[in-house]
Amino acid sequence: MTAARMPGEEHRDEPVQPEPQPIEYSSTASIRGPLIVIEGVQDIGWNEVAEIRLVDGEVRHGVVLDVSLDHAIVEVLEGTAGMRLNGVRTAFGGGPMSVPITEEWLGRVCDGRGEPLDGGPPILGSHRREINGTPINPAVRIPPSEPIITGVSAIDGLATLVRGQKLPIFSVGGLPHLELAAQIAVQANVAGEPFAVVFAALGVTHADAASLRDTLETRAGERETVMFINTADDPVVERLMTPRLALTVAEHLAFECDRHVLVLLADMTNYAEALRQVSAARGEVPTRRGYPGYLYSDLASLFERAGRMRGRRGSVTLVPVLTMPAGDITHPVPDLTGYITEGQLVLAADLHARGVYPPLDLMGSLSRLMRRGAGEQLTREDHLELSDQLYSLMARALQAAELAEIVGADALPAADQGLLAFRAALEREFLSQGQQEARTVEATLDLGWQVASRLPASALTMVSRQTLAARYRGGEPDAEHGHVG
Amino acid sequence: MELSAGTITRVNGPLVEVAGGCDLRVAELVTVGSRQLAGEVLSLAGESATVQVYEETSGLRPREAVLATGRPLSAELGPGLLGGVFDGMLRRLQDAGPWLEPGALRGALDPERRWRFTPSVRPGEQVEPGAVLGTVPETDAITYRALVPHELAGTIETIADEGEVTVGETIATVAGHEITLAHTWPVRRPRPAAGRLSSGRPLITGQRVVDLLFPLCQGSTAGVPGGFGTGKTLLLQQIAKWCDADVIVYVGCGERGNELAELLEDFAAIEDPRSGQRLMDRTVTIVNTSNMPLLAREASIYTGVTVAEHYRDMGYDAVVIADSTSRWAEALRESAARTEELPAEEGYPPELSSTLAAFYERAGRFQTLAGAQASVTILGAVSPPGGDLAEPVTAHTRRFVRAVWSLDRQLAYARHHPAISWTDSSSRDAESLAAFKAAEGDDGWAQRRREALQLLMDADRIESIAQLTGVESLPSPERVALICARLLREGVLQQSALSLNDRYCAPAKQAALLALVLDINRALLASANGGTAIERIEALDLSDVARVRDECPADDVDAVTRLGAEIQSRIARPR
Ligand SMILES: Nc1ncnc2c1ncn2[C@@H]1O[C@H](COP(=O)(O)OP(=O)(O)OP(=O)(O)O)[C@@H](O)[C@H]1O
Ligand SMILES: [Mg+2]
Repeated sequence: MTAARMPGEEHRDEPVQPEPQPIEYSSTASIRGPLIVIEGVQDIGWNEVAEIRLVDGEVRHGVVLDVSLDHAIVEVLEGTAGMRLNGVRTAFGGGPMSVPITEEWLGRVCDGRGEPLDGGPPILGSHRREINGTPINPAVRIPPSEPIITGVSAIDGLATLVRGQKLPIFSVGGLPHLELAAQIAVQANVAGEPFAVVFAALGVTHADAASLRDTLETRAGERETVMFINTADDPVVERLMTPRLALTVAEHLAFECDRHVLVLLADMTNYAEALRQVSAARGEVPTRRGYPGYLYSDLASLFERAGRMRGRRGSVTLVPVLTMPAGDITHPVPDLTGYITEGQLVLAADLHARGVYPPLDLMGSLSRLMRRGAGEQLTREDHLELSDQLYSLMARALQAAELAEIVGADALPAADQGLLAFRAALEREFLSQGQQEARTVEATLDLGWQVASRLPASALTMVSRQTLAARYRGGEPDAEHGHVG
Repeated sequence: MELSAGTITRVNGPLVEVAGGCDLRVAELVTVGSRQLAGEVLSLAGESATVQVYEETSGLRPREAVLATGRPLSAELGPGLLGGVFDGMLRRLQDAGPWLEPGALRGALDPERRWRFTPSVRPGEQVEPGAVLGTVPETDAITYRALVPHELAGTIETIADEGEVTVGETIATVAGHEITLAHTWPVRRPRPAAGRLSSGRPLITGQRVVDLLFPLCQGSTAGVPGGFGTGKTLLLQQIAKWCDADVIVYVGCGERGNELAELLEDFAAIEDPRSGQRLMDRTVTIVNTSNMPLLAREASIYTGVTVAEHYRDMGYDAVVIADSTSRWAEALRESAARTEELPAEEGYPPELSSTLAAFYERAGRFQTLAGAQASVTILGAVSPPGGDLAEPVTAHTRRFVRAVWSLDRQLAYARHHPAISWTDSSSRDAESLAAFKAAEGDDGWAQRRREALQLLMDADRIESIAQLTGVESLPSPERVALICARLLREGVLQQSALSLNDRYCAPAKQAALLALVLDINRALLASANGGTAIERIEALDLSDVARVRDECPADDVDAVTRLGAEIQSRIARPR
């Protein structure tokens, strides 16, 4: 497939060309923390990248944090340990951090800086683009309004992911959020239209990285995935670049190559911790829990890259995955994420303990854009009514369960006992599914009706008579008995 | 017109040092570097100046040029703002490219567009500041009035004939000054008016919980604190769509692009129920999404209130909606941190509270320079970190606004929308509005409000007891209160933004719905006190009360009264 828009058409992309030998500066005046000061520089821009060559030939990377007429302060991404004032030679790259703009990324597995990990050739392109991204003009955005089908009933049925949306997964350590993210990455599709998955692993263990690679392998064969892997022992500053790199590639695939692109970023808590560490090293004033005051804006500069644009077929959809430290949803990372994203999928430890996979806490979860992205023509005409009904029954079932804790389940009225049975069935038959099981929307919604139909039709007050007649599978749609109310 | 000011000697993120800047003034707007990025002078020392740049400075180099503009950050005001979409510095977004490259945006108004001008004065007339020189049909809903500037008075020397003019053309000469259709105004400076008036006229929002329980006057202020997902944006957007002001200035300050795209689509599609015109025609949208430059975000709320004051000066009632003021405060905090100002609470600069107070002070009901009555109302969302209502922005906002619509996470979680808490919210306008309603002939308004609030509080208290003892042990009147408070919550306070019938509710239907529930409450109490068994009362099917708001149109009072009569007769003869 050829790109609908060429690099350089509307971005300030730099053509890749054989570079004249860049000037090397050897006048390092000081080294402190991750920062080095280089004197006598000429014509260097703020935020420009640098390559720093040590005496033994080792190459490190840096960016310009502060530049004056005659000196530049460079932050060394790999840290300055082992560096000396003498013998360090620094060359500047002529511009901010950038990546090649090409479809060649598809099918590749790279490290957090975009260097191949899969034994393949380096990724090249005719142009390079800055990874920090340029904001989409809000006036050219179009509201997200079509679904991405993940094959996971809990999501497709009750918190539909919509193209152009940003919908995070909030989890806690020990829950299968990486498995869920990988399952979504493998199964997600948009009814046959061109699609791609960009997965950025941030600060994950080598074991998790290996299993993610294994799982995504199936799809890599179709040249539909790109993986960027920054492991827990990779440089912390690199962790700040990896999602930007992933999103720059995603934007190209979406807005220039007409694909629907799903970006998964896991684990954003590791990213935020890296940001906190770098901010502290720069001596910035911390705010809540030591995070810098710009954490919201920084996360937004990533998450707002999701969206749809007028006149373009593609879209960028974002699923950030994060673990809530101590399960605390008011912790700055989940809290500020919730303030930026359009809803959230919350995983619950008690469901996991009961063996439910995926352990999605329905009441805490919400896809704010679902109303526009599901229903007639998009998924199925009964979808929104069914999901409203399941939510409302679930809310009442939880109340009944609370009561049961005090008075015992046997002492509950029959209607409440019916609700408890409904909840158990919903968890067992609808929510639970295999990690390799991809369900169609039809199958998901039919399962929903199967569970709802355990209750008398009169209990399904959120569903219209018409829909009830068409979908209800219980014995007697007009039964007077066992009224739930 | 731009004057050279010097060259860059240092770049440190958005902070730039400039040599040879001795002609600059503090707070002057400058353009920086080859891409002409907008910047503001922060400080001066000897021959050098420190400039804060409003846009991304990646790639900016020492030795690039800096140009002075001779004025502080200003908004370009003139016809063409209504229906438009602008960034935080009031630069036009509609016809800009798909990606906001630094330096890509310019002015607010289309310099080429021709407007049909009709003069209102004749040569030789004496005019005072604020007098109308002529009018332009800006949109189908709003007539633009070109005014005599505030510091100018004297004789009309020339006035343009009826005909087509651009915003840059001279329409009049007054006392030797040429006046164009458009002008600029420094956004941080309130526009002058003749004086403040006490208000007392309601701003009808069409949202029942607001209009009935925590109402607002035109020219007043409200803060909307609430954790993420509690419904701040939807509530404010509903008000932007349905309130009875003339002009709406919606400021998306550090929030989402997607929700603004949706809002703009709605503005273009929906008609104003009163005028029949498109909502777009009365709305100015300022969008500085969370990924757009931080400093333009800081400026956006001032830009918004300046635009509102501009329409106020023409005699209109304007409403400014700022979603979210917390993102503005964060931008303030960032720029303070960069200039190494000593922080006060949670990293915010010490001037946070006085700056917030001054911002909300720009609201009010005024006598304009020309003698008309007009208002600016300000509504601000507040996004407390971790939902902590004691944090500085929430705490200070509460002190400076007249109404607080506090959104409750538990209510939102239970999908009770709008999730406005009846215990944490308040309105200092309720009394003056009661007087207004009484003067209009409705002297029961304040009484109904009191009864409703009382019922809600009683039910909360009773429910917490019932949780320990079970409902069965409660006396009958308390069980009636539980029934009726639920009717009040579900039948009156809840209002879905997505329901075509119920997204807007006319005042008469609002009053009828509240009266319906309060009358049922009285009847049930009488019945219980008269000896009817509480079980029989609880068995009454009152589900229609929760449904009627949604099942009949926004102004269908009759449907509500009919239902009331029908239920009263059922209560009188419980089967
Ligand atoms: N009046 C309403 N009617 C129906 N649904 C509502 C209403 N208010 C809020 N909601 C629901 O709550 C969700 C969140 O609302 P909203 O976007 O207004 O929250 P918010 O407080 O602005 O959150 P944030 O701080 O993250 O921006 C909506 O997507 C919608 O599902
Ligand atoms: Mg919001």
